[in-house]
Amino acid sequence: MYRNLTIRQKQIVWAWAFLALPVLFYTVIRFYPTGNAILISFQNWNLLGARTWAGLENYEKLWNDPVFWKVFQNTFLYLLIGTPLSLVLSFVIAYHLDKLRFMHGFLRMLYFLPFMTSAVAMAWVWRWFYQDVPIGLFNNILSGFGIPQISFLNSTTNALPAVLAPAVWAGLGFQVIIFMAGLRAIPTSYYEAAKIDGVGWWTVLTQITLPLLRPTIVFIVVFSSIGFLRIFDHVFNMTTNNPGGPLNATKPLVLMIYDTAFNGFNMGYAAAQTVVLFTILLIVSLIQLRLLRSE
Amino acid sequence: MTTRIKGLVLAGLTSTAALFSSAANAVEIEYWQYFFDARVTAMEQLIENFEAANPDITVTMTHFPYADYRTKVAAAIPAGEGPDVVQLFYGWLNDYVAANLIQPLPADTFPASKIDSEFFPMVQAMKDGDAYWALPTAVRSLALFYNTRLLEEAGVEPPTNMEEFLAAAAAMTKRDGAGNITQVGITAGMTAQDHHWFREGLVRQMGGEPYANDYKTVNYNSEAGVQALEFYTDLFMSDEPVSAIGFMDEPQAAFKAGRAGMHIDGSFRIGSLNKTRGLKWGVTELPATGDGVRSNYSSYWVNAITTKAEGEKYDASVKFMEYITSDEAMQIWLDVVGELPAKPSVGLTEENANNEVFGPFIKGLAYANTTKFANESAQRQLMVEMVERIQLQGMSPAESIAIAAEAEQKLLDEYYSK
Repeated sequence: MYRNLTIRQKQIVWAWAFLALPVLFYTVIRFYPTGNAILISFQNWNLLGARTWAGLENYEKLWNDPVFWKVFQNTFLYLLIGTPLSLVLSFVIAYHLDKLRFMHGFLRMLYFLPFMTSAVAMAWVWRWFYQDVPIGLFNNILSGFGIPQISFLNSTTNALPAVLAPAVWAGLGFQVIIFMAGLRAIPTSYYEAAKIDGVGWWTVLTQITLPLLRPTIVFIVVFSSIGFLRIFDHVFNMTTNNPGGPLNATKPLVLMIYDTAFNGFNMGYAAAQTVVLFTILLIVSLIQLRLLRSE
Repeated sequence: MTTRIKGLVLAGLTSTAALFSSAANAVEIEYWQYFFDARVTAMEQLIENFEAANPDITVTMTHFPYADYRTKVAAAIPAGEGPDVVQLFYGWLNDYVAANLIQPLPADTFPASKIDSEFFPMVQAMKDGDAYWALPTAVRSLALFYNTRLLEEAGVEPPTNMEEFLAAAAAMTKRDGAGNITQVGITAGMTAQDHHWFREGLVRQMGGEPYANDYKTVNYNSEAGVQALEFYTDLFMSDEPVSAIGFMDEPQAAFKAGRAGMHIDGSFRIGSLNKTRGLKWGVTELPATGDGVRSNYSSYWVNAITTKAEGEKYDASVKFMEYITSDEAMQIWLDVVGELPAKPSVGLTEENANNEVFGPFIKGLAYANTTKFANESAQRQLMVEMVERIQLQGMSPAESIAIAAEAEQKLLDEYYSK
């Protein structure tokens, strides 16, 4: 049977033979749980008893839950502050690091180090930095100068930026490396031509560097957007006693899902939240991929 | 059919083995609990003693992290795997019964009337009609830990009532030049055990009743409740605060570090405080009101026989349950884990009740109440937010407690309507 196939057909058979493993893997590990989660979102289930049909009840509850809207807002705050901030910071660092020769490798290593550190360990260290006197580093410094203490984490306004800061810092190293690779990939001939024409650095930056970095920028935006939309470990570890607090000021959607599922054992409601998160991630990614395609 | 053949073969094998060895292990039962060092050690001792007394039964203990516990139990038992005897938190009983995971204890071995009279009254929450679903080995209650050195330094005695308590806290509070607190008189934080102290302690002491209708109706939104909340928030919000929320990150961390004069916690904290080098501490009952009213909170973990246990495994499980709820087991649990015996006959012995560490907890059991939680972490969160609204948003205690009560009622209604 196999013998009678044309070479083209044989190639297809072999391609599928090799593809079978990842396809199987994705079906079992990704698609089946995803489908199951969507199914559970229409049911009530406390992990122990039987699943019962709930119809759209979980989604209705979500729509009317003030905590969900607060959490929704937080999630987008993480995205809208985190992504542009880390993009600008990492570009500025990469741009200048690229021009620097002195201790270049060492500095690059320093920027990359936080990315390699465990998020949990990092979150706990920052959590202690943020404490009040007598143990908090920042507040000890402030009080050393006679400046009143700042409530970093125990504040409804300061907590979210305080939690976001180490998350941005942690992701910076990776983005700097990607930007530097992007910068190196720009052919030097453009810069030489610009030099001959005698244009200023601003024009070089806006007319040559940034346009040619576009694929890199799109990649970083997509990548870090997904990261900030799914932020969990920094928030959870910096606020473990009062996850997402105070008063839900730092709670992202993933933490709400975790809490509903594994503290409240309300799997149906948690699944409904997951479906919403999935939809948001899908839409954001599609929009960003669209931007990439218009290239 | 195959299992029957397997059983026959197994029986044949074991009876042959019995000819050669006197301690043949005919029945093997499985016991599950979550991982907590001292509890595992204590259970190992109990199993050893039990096996020595019952050479024909082997007990295998499995334990895993608390976070996975419920999921694994829920997945294993319906599949016919997992434990024959299982440990669960008292608050989970309804869920376990509803999911058909556990079976009632046999009335002939565990007659309800006997248990009613022998165990501390709060255990009756495990009773349904004439049968008990589950029984604890140990119970926990709250007490006031104090730092002996700081107390001496401030020249005060361990407080017995609220007035002395506030005075002692004030005497032990220290501030730096800028007025920042560097040592608290008493730790505070609803995230720790304070929410229990508030519910079952302060509210009742102020003359209130935190819940009504068998914990199905929230009842702390009352004058007593507001008074209790004001007493609590005054600790860290008055003009001369004696505490600070989030001081040194966690209440017990501040106490362990010797930066807190007093700390309210459960008996399960004893073990870790004993391991803290350089900390000299003592413990006393929770402060009473001026007219001597005391109230405490107690909770417990119970053991139950699962629906998986049948036939000889069931008989072996009953025997095992009998042993781990015996006086001897309770004393071992107290000595190893520091959790209190569930029977007054063991707990209130002269020696235990006068023990300077366990004594205050055991005395506390006499006037303790057990909150029936629907979702403990969510209900605690509401207490946390109740305080945050007052502290961070300047809301009045009366308004904040009303919001908390309404939210908690909604949560309870949802839970009990299922």
